[in-house]
Amino acid sequence: MHANNQAEKIKEISGVNPYKCMKCGKCSASCPSYNEMDIKPHQFVSYVINDDVEALVESKSLWKCLSCFACVERCPRNVEPGKLVDAARQLVVRQRGMDYLQADEIPELLDSELPQQLLVSAFRKYKR
Amino acid sequence: MKYSYYPGCTLKTKAKDLDAYARVSAKALGFELEEVEDWQCCGGVYPLGKDEIATKLSSVRTLAQARDKGQELVTLCSACYNVVKRVNEDIKNDENVRTKANNYMQLETPYNGETNVLHFLEVLRDRIGFDELKKKVVNPLTGKKIGAYYGCLLLRPGSTLKFDDPENPKIIEDFIRAIGAEPVIYPMRNECCGGYISLKEKEMAANMCVSIEDNAAGFGAEMLITACPLCMYNLNKNSQGKLPVVYFTELLAEALGVKEEVK
Repeated sequence: MHANNQAEKIKEISGVNPYKCMKCGKCSASCPSYNEMDIKPHQFVSYVINDDVEALVESKSLWKCLSCFACVERCPRNVEPGKLVDAARQLVVRQRGMDYLQADEIPELLDSELPQQLLVSAFRKYKR
Repeated sequence: MKYSYYPGCTLKTKAKDLDAYARVSAKALGFELEEVEDWQCCGGVYPLGKDEIATKLSSVRTLAQARDKGQELVTLCSACYNVVKRVNEDIKNDENVRTKANNYMQLETPYNGETNVLHFLEVLRDRIGFDELKKKVVNPLTGKKIGAYYGCLLLRPGSTLKFDDPENPKIIEDFIRAIGAEPVIYPMRNECCGGYISLKEKEMAANMCVSIEDNAAGFGAEMLITACPLCMYNLNKNSQGKLPVVYFTELLAEALGVKEEVK
């Protein structure tokens, strides 16, 4: 898929208009995963604007975002970077063979207290 | 008063206590939780993609059943609340989701978002009233210093959930006062515990939970209460035994003197 089409796809899946961003950085300031991200939430928005989707789909940030909606809540321009991150993640996992979590991995990740909620949530985020 | 009740997957398995204490407390407070028949798992996280339809249908099925009974729908798990309520808002406000969901489901009466979704805490605040709750407390938890742990899912996005002020919530603090204890307000009470990240990124979740517990303890909390089984798991797993974490319903049942009814 052409890079430009992929950026359009991210905008379509997320329903977000990244051009409204005024680069205030509140999203990155709010992000509890900031230190773990190779592309920070405010940078993520610029990458989409610049059609640099290749870097986004290879970014570690896709798997560090918690979907905690802190950035969504605090964005003064309703750009809501968390939705862009999730859309980029969807671009990846909706491709055949690109799941981030396989059922085979589960047994070794389990412990006796682990709630079902964690498994269904992870599967929904990491797998199609 | 009778409410439709959506327990969700984890309240039938690892979080049976959250459910059981709520049921005996509801009875003591004079309302009934009528479990939705044949409910299905909400999926744990709200599907953010605008093109997601199938992943929202389990919530719609539950919402439509509550509508058919003319009841409000109550949830206890923060994640179920977040997912079911957001799907309900989609059905109300997003014509694409509403049309496609109804075309697929072919319900006798199409579902258009008629059901009101309530968290159990909202029932206590908005239907019973914390003043009334206070009157029914027989065993006040006097002297206990309790930190409310909200996390993300009850509060955000605030514009959709309208549960409380997402930056300065007070519903759980008011609950703590109603059962006779003392709320400890600490700044990280609405920070994320790590959520689903704890499956594959255990260290990340551990760091977040340690920060939250240190913060709460630093402000004087002796214990934390939560409504979310995943918050409970993450906090307990990473607490290093610092603060006990319990479900808010357990303290409610204790205060109402019905805790022993749960075997």
